[in-house]
Amino acid sequence: MDSVDVKQEKINKEYQDYANSLSPKSNIISNCIMAFLVGGLISIIGQLISNVAKTYYNMNEEGAATVTSITLIFIAALLTGLGLYEKIGKKAGAGSIVPITGFSNSIVAPAMEHKREGYVLGVGAKLFSIAGPVLVYGISTSVIVGLINYFFVK
Amino acid sequence: MDYIKAFITGGVICIIGQILIDKTNLTPARILVIFVTAGAILTALGIYGPIVEFGGAGATVPLPGFGYALAKGAIKGVKDSGVLGAFTGGVTAAAGGITAAIVFGYLAAVLFDPKEKS
Amino acid sequence: MSMHRMGGQTLLLTQNPPKIISRATIVGKKEGEGPLAEYFDKILEDDLWGEKSWEKAERRMYVEAAELALKKAQKEPQDINYLFGGDLLDQIISATFAARSLGIPFYGLYGACSSMTQTISLAAPLLDGGYADNVLCVTSSHFCSAERQFRYPLEMGVQRPPTAQWTVTGAGGVLLSVNGEGPCITHVTTGKVIDFGMKDANYMGAAMAPAAADTFRAHFEDTGRGPDDYDLIVTGDLAKYGRELTIDLLKRDGYDIEDRFIDCGCEMFNESQDVHAGASGCACSAVVLAGYLLKKMEDGDIKRILMASTGALHSIITSQQGDSIPGIAHAIAIEKKG
Repeated sequence: MDSVDVKQEKINKEYQDYANSLSPKSNIISNCIMAFLVGGLISIIGQLISNVAKTYYNMNEEGAATVTSITLIFIAALLTGLGLYEKIGKKAGAGSIVPITGFSNSIVAPAMEHKREGYVLGVGAKLFSIAGPVLVYGISTSVIVGLINYFFVK
Repeated sequence: MDYIKAFITGGVICIIGQILIDKTNLTPARILVIFVTAGAILTALGIYGPIVEFGGAGATVPLPGFGYALAKGAIKGVKDSGVLGAFTGGVTAAAGGITAAIVFGYLAAVLFDPKEKS
Repeated sequence: MSMHRMGGQTLLLTQNPPKIISRATIVGKKEGEGPLAEYFDKILEDDLWGEKSWEKAERRMYVEAAELALKKAQKEPQDINYLFGGDLLDQIISATFAARSLGIPFYGLYGACSSMTQTISLAAPLLDGGYADNVLCVTSSHFCSAERQFRYPLEMGVQRPPTAQWTVTGAGGVLLSVNGEGPCITHVTTGKVIDFGMKDANYMGAAMAPAAADTFRAHFEDTGRGPDDYDLIVTGDLAKYGRELTIDLLKRDGYDIEDRFIDCGCEMFNESQDVHAGASGCACSAVVLAGYLLKKMEDGDIKRILMASTGALHSIITSQQGDSIPGIAHAIAIEKKG
């Protein structure tokens, strides 16, 4: 029995290697360039919002950062609703996933999708079906950071 | 000048994300988690702060910046309120973003329908 | 050995080989812009078709394909002994809810994208053996309902890798009968679940190719036939890379199918439609068979086909739990006699 399994394992591994060699690699250079451009552009927009908040509304660093987040989240939610964010994402890859706009998109998209299942269990429950882990791990890590800071950093 | 620094910083962070997408099997959800956690940890280690100083929005707009805000908030919370601050500080700092995500997310979902794809 | 069996996995239908007396296809907008558009009975202007959800649109397509197949044969639902059907959605709700509307005694089958030949595989022996006179086989799939179940919400900005496939929006059905004229089912080779350990749900062609190769090999061994005995050898949705892998696997077993092998997933869309590796979904093999291949047989261009729809039998949970993706392929031999 053992030798049959080992033989099959070997066949499987050979097959997987061959199958993977057949699959074309995505064009990583052009993908990175697009990611760089779109990510950079969104950052510039963020910088603009931040500067406006600090100059015209006299906000401090934290306030400006919060306003920037909120504004970008709003814009991304709108673009997602209009069906445009998905089109950007196809080309931009990480450039649209990594900025906070990607976080917003990943909240709006499932909520929109599940509206047909109702507002409580559809929209309500699915809002964080993809982005939830970001909050879970982000907040948990911040708690650990805070505790370590309290006990070990003076 | 700060626009150029923001552009470059944000762009570079996204390139790192793109490499993860193309070279590994990581799904977008996992990449977001890695980035936010890395941002928080790098902030605690004092590494992300200088990146924010240099890149401005280029460092705070990408998701590690969200981790930075959470971690910074927790550290501040601990300074202000002791141990309790570890639990309240992070979410307090990110409150605006989290609430906006919920509210705008809900509104967009209510107002719009998913479109078929081509 | 039972008298109608050949070898380990094949049935030989000689008593009353069922004929395909009617066929119907309905496809979505993108499919209607592809190279096979002229072969489909109906093309939707939009994939929601005025319904409240993608799921409701899909089952409406299913009912439409069934009713059209009946109408073309001038039959009513009460003339049909069985409806065999399946689709991609959990609990095969498209087929089940459509069966509710149609009112025909119903067996729902899940074979993922292998549904089309899977349903015909079970219907054919029932007819040949004198257990039924008329059986309707229909399957459907819908890009939007499949994406939201298996992958991502439609509005999420994600990039599809080059090996990804596009789920066909459509429904296809055939009516098999012991009476009447049409290409007939002569052999049925039932597939086994084959798993060579591929885990990437974005590279399903590679997960299913071993199953296709295994079923074809079994068919050739059981029947003593070879690739030359068929004008065309067809798979459901292996797409570009899965197709190559199947050719390669069969060559190692001593069967060269390359010069007569087509895959429905490769035929469904043009390059310019940007579907990456090709099409997939139950409807892929269903509409290509019922729309294009059977038409070619009726016209006399093709006399004998060996066709296997191919299915990837994973679920979200199994993928998340780290399991690989098993595949299955059911083969049917169709022949236009005379």
